[in-house]
Amino acid sequence: MSAENAVSSNGGAQTRAQEYWKANIRIILSFMVVWFVVSYGCGILFIDALNQIPFFGFKLGFWFAQQGSIFVFVGLIVAYAIRMNKLDEEFDVHE
Amino acid sequence: MDLQMLTYLFVGGSFALYIGIAIWSRAGSTKEFYVAGGGVHPLANGAATAADWMSAASFISLAGIISFMGSDGTGYLMGWTGGYVLLAMLLAPYLRKFGKFTVPDFVGDRYYSSAARLVAVICVIFISFTYVAGQMRGVGIVFSRFLEVDVNTGVVIGMAVVFFYAVLGGMKGITYTQVAQYCVLIFAFTVPAVFLTYQITGHVLPQTGLGATLDSGQSVLATLDGLVTDLGFKEYTAGNKSTIDMFFITAALMCGTAGLPHVIVRFFTVPKVKDARTSAGWALLFIAILYTAVPAVAAMGRVNLINTVNGADGSGTAYTEMPSWFKNWENSGLIGWNDVNGDGKVQYANGKAFTGNGKPAFDGDKRGPNGERAVTNANTDAKPVAGAPFANEVYVDRDIMVLANPEIANLPNWVIALVAAGGVAAALSTAAGLLLVISTAVSHDLLKKTFAPNISEKQELLAARGAAVVAITIAGLFGIYPPGFVAQVVAFAFGLAAASFFPVILMGIFYKRMNKEGAIAGMSVGLAFTFSYIVYFKFIAPGDNNAAHWILGVSPEGIGTLGMILNFVVSFVVSSMTPPPPEEIQHIVEDIRVPRGAGTAHAH
Repeated sequence: MSAENAVSSNGGAQTRAQEYWKANIRIILSFMVVWFVVSYGCGILFIDALNQIPFFGFKLGFWFAQQGSIFVFVGLIVAYAIRMNKLDEEFDVHE
Repeated sequence: MDLQMLTYLFVGGSFALYIGIAIWSRAGSTKEFYVAGGGVHPLANGAATAADWMSAASFISLAGIISFMGSDGTGYLMGWTGGYVLLAMLLAPYLRKFGKFTVPDFVGDRYYSSAARLVAVICVIFISFTYVAGQMRGVGIVFSRFLEVDVNTGVVIGMAVVFFYAVLGGMKGITYTQVAQYCVLIFAFTVPAVFLTYQITGHVLPQTGLGATLDSGQSVLATLDGLVTDLGFKEYTAGNKSTIDMFFITAALMCGTAGLPHVIVRFFTVPKVKDARTSAGWALLFIAILYTAVPAVAAMGRVNLINTVNGADGSGTAYTEMPSWFKNWENSGLIGWNDVNGDGKVQYANGKAFTGNGKPAFDGDKRGPNGERAVTNANTDAKPVAGAPFANEVYVDRDIMVLANPEIANLPNWVIALVAAGGVAAALSTAAGLLLVISTAVSHDLLKKTFAPNISEKQELLAARGAAVVAITIAGLFGIYPPGFVAQVVAFAFGLAAASFFPVILMGIFYKRMNKEGAIAGMSVGLAFTFSYIVYFKFIAPGDNNAAHWILGVSPEGIGTLGMILNFVVSFVVSSMTPPPPEEIQHIVEDIRVPRGAGTAHAH
């Protein structure tokens, strides 16, 4: 791999791109954790335990499985889009 | 105005709108035909994606599935929406930066291999036809019930309309037609849902109405739990399926959603990478409006059904006093009654009222002693189940939950006509998106990129339109002569997309070292495994299709997840034992990771 050559020829741009990518991965992972906990966690794995908790006429686990997770999904994509647009501008890679 | 006239007016009017849009936005170049020139506003693309995604299954069947499965049906709700999170974060922005026309385009270019491209084309065609066959039948059924034409005539009308705007307008025509179709279908779903919720709970929003407290002082869900357990069913809010199976089914639906070619390709049509992210957000918001209303429609529909059929004292209602919707749907064949105990009352509980698969086999136009439709397979030995006060006497098709709501709730005729127009819009928009993916795979990936690279743009456009015509004809034939396997293979489309496309695209973006050998091996293993598992349990040994015989207790509906895991493992191992991809491919991967420079788009 010619990583060293690349760094010496246009070193700044190359590391910048790598930093941008690392920051991107960190953002994705943190959002994915929320996505997993809400859907697979609250809606499936721990549904029985959460169902013991009443929540506005629902059982909490059932609510997460049927409605709550969907609200969270929408919020996640919106937050992700806003966060990434900021990151693009920080690294000056936006259009 | 009577219902018939109103229905003709609403459905005819919406057709005129779609065709008008098609003429206004017809495609002139291959770029317009394949990706609408790449200049679609993210908001419009979000609405188009939502219409593309929500098929007859979402509009007509989903509420019925949830209604009868209760907690077990939630895999569909979470699976079919959670996939958009994966799409928005892991696939859409990078595929938009890559900036080609199709999913096989990405697979072929990223893995520098015609073989990989061909495998991708085969998957696209298989997945899309499986899906489209059900849509055309859906159009036919809605027509036959509401326009009182033959199912086959309904299919032909649907074909003619799709033909017009898909062949003429390509992706550009489809996009703007789908925006109109989204408006029609969401209005048609929401209006009766709001009426139903208001009648039962006094809430206006179905989303909050599901948690409402009834006059009895009990919540809707607690009431329903009580009603169904008294009738011998399991609690509505408790699941029957094992946790591992729910987990795998939900994952297969999520990753399958993110890997479905007709959804992915919609993100090629927006101007910038930023727009691809925003657009996924709009799409899921538009989808969530329907998907969060579905659980309410499902639960309240079930309460209404039980209370109407079993009456206030829970002992059943005399057939002669049944409301007209019950008899209308009986005439359409979606409800059947078998008077097991001969008391002239209709009684609904757990258990099979009819022998065989539980559906009524009607004896022509013959009528029984109470005026009900006579059947040839009455289950005369039906017994009460699990402490229910009586044996079940009724078959209710799941699909009536949405279609019959306006009638059950006594809504005005225009609402019923609206639901018909909405159901047709949902089915047509999805059918058009799938047909376009099929025609693009043939003209672009098979012809231009593989077998006849020298054809001109004009010839390619002609081939794309020709392929669309052939695809519509085949889809129509599937609708008229529905192959028995369609219902069996819906799991295929998602399982295969999850086991093939999702890993190959994901690793193409996030793992620079992934090479041709790894990708082809992974795709083949994932596909072969998922395919044979489903074929074995659905066709070869359907008698063994139960938890005792499944691998790890995973049903065929969830097996795509296991296929996907296999795909990841195999492609990782194989690629680490073979040479890395060429330098220029590694540069492509670096390039798609940075948003800037996605290329110019057309102004619309």
